[in-house]
Amino acid sequence: MFTLLNIAQPDTQQEAYRLLTAKKSNVILGGCAWLRLGSQTIHTGVDLSKLGLNFIKEYDTYFEIGAMTSLRDIETSVALNRWFSGILAKSVQSIIGVQFRNVATVGASVFARYGFSDFLTALLALDTEIELYQGGRLTLAAFVDMPRNKDLLVKVIIHKTSRTAAYLALRNSQSDFPVLTVAVSRLDGAWKIAVGARPTRAKLAAQAAVLLAGAGRDVPPDCLRQAAELAAEELPFGANMRASAAYRRLLCQTLVQRGLTEVTACR
Amino acid sequence: MQIELYINHQQVLLTVQPDDFLVDTLRKQGLFSVRRGCDTACCGLCTVWLDGRPTLACSTLSFRAQGRHITTIEGLRHEAEGFARFMAAEGADQCGYCSPGFILTVLAMKRELANPGEADIIHYLTGNLCRCTGYQGQLRAVKKYLGVAECNM
Ligand SMILES: Cc1cc2nc3c(=O)[nH]c(=O)nc-3n(C[C@H](O)[C@H](O)[C@H](O)COP(=O)(O)OP(=O)(O)OC[C@H]3O[C@@H](n4cnc5c(N)ncnc54)[C@H](O)[C@@H]3O)c2cc1C
Ligand code: FES
Ligand code: FES
Repeated sequence: MFTLLNIAQPDTQQEAYRLLTAKKSNVILGGCAWLRLGSQTIHTGVDLSKLGLNFIKEYDTYFEIGAMTSLRDIETSVALNRWFSGILAKSVQSIIGVQFRNVATVGASVFARYGFSDFLTALLALDTEIELYQGGRLTLAAFVDMPRNKDLLVKVIIHKTSRTAAYLALRNSQSDFPVLTVAVSRLDGAWKIAVGARPTRAKLAAQAAVLLAGAGRDVPPDCLRQAAELAAEELPFGANMRASAAYRRLLCQTLVQRGLTEVTACR
Repeated sequence: MQIELYINHQQVLLTVQPDDFLVDTLRKQGLFSVRRGCDTACCGLCTVWLDGRPTLACSTLSFRAQGRHITTIEGLRHEAEGFARFMAAEGADQCGYCSPGFILTVLAMKRELANPGEADIIHYLTGNLCRCTGYQGQLRAVKKYLGVAECNM
């Protein structure tokens, strides 16, 4: 169990960032679902409640999701799930239960870049940017590869491209951590294939996407299989208590192929 | 720090530590229906409503309840008893340790979902663990309670 000595409730992002960086052990409090399982002593927990970051806003060409929005809000947002074949709801709906998703926040789920993150995998297959208080705006794909540093994630921006998408994950039992997560999407001829829980951070299979880009509109089934094989080859896999690297590689091939097939079936 | 909140519609003023969680704060108020099962956010036994939304009390810092409404099963006695009769009729209650959290989730589901099917019900109730029974009796009870029973049994 963690120890939290003080709470600060800043009124501005600037003040939140100042507090966050004032001491090594200061941290931002999302829902605390994850933080509380640790055993660290936190000098000051920075609560973002007064910054108005609990929102899903729809604009003509993009969505903005505030850092303090809950995963349950993602799951139930009608506006958001009219887009991208509804994969955002699909990606969060197996995370424990409704009560948990009412607690866990978007900001923490993205900023923490958990290897097992379902939500991060889905976002990576879309046209997603994030806004950091200090680091500014950048693509999620760039952020995923960045080393850890202290910053405040303000919001997630998803461009409303007409991507068709599919989300798949395998769990040993319902509501357990995933063994592998896969999100696949297509915009015209441009594909994105994101694979997470490898067990490390989600990553795009770039070569497989290139292979598919050359295959035109009606991708032959053979080519889908080849692309799935290539994705499994080009990505690194590791072992943990849930599965071996070899198992994950096989699973990757199967799930990617299913995802690709699902997307090509969308008209 | 001091927080002012509503517990089962009554305004209360409480002193809490920064790292107090709702499960402890509420139990200190004598609300022993709020249970701690796993303490790792996995079992749903500690469920309370926070502004009407089912929430894990073991994972919610107490200070976050400032100005908000908390509902425990003590605040929904009549409705909870109504559902408990369906549970008993199906033989789905044993030690009862998980019942308050489970019932609060069912009552929240009844408000949130219109005409749920079996899959919707199972989805909403995933994350509520019971160490005594299987889940078929509970599912039968929920379906009968919601009036969606029989058709696919
Ligand atoms: C038992 C259990 C099972 C889980 N299973 C799954 C699963 O199957 N799939 C899955 O994807 N996830 C799973 N999770 C992870 C879950 O999604 C995360 O716990 C959740 O996303 C964290 O949300 P939180 O708001 O509670 O984070 P917190 O615990 O509050 O914070 C986590 C970290 O993020 C930092 N942080 C919070 N907000 C910000 C911000 N705005 N900017 C910068 N840093 C910030 C915090 O300082 C902290 O370091 C599981 C978690 C638990 C506890
Ligand atoms: S005690 Fe809160 S989920 Fe188990
Ligand atoms: S009835 Fe005993 S834990 Fe559920």
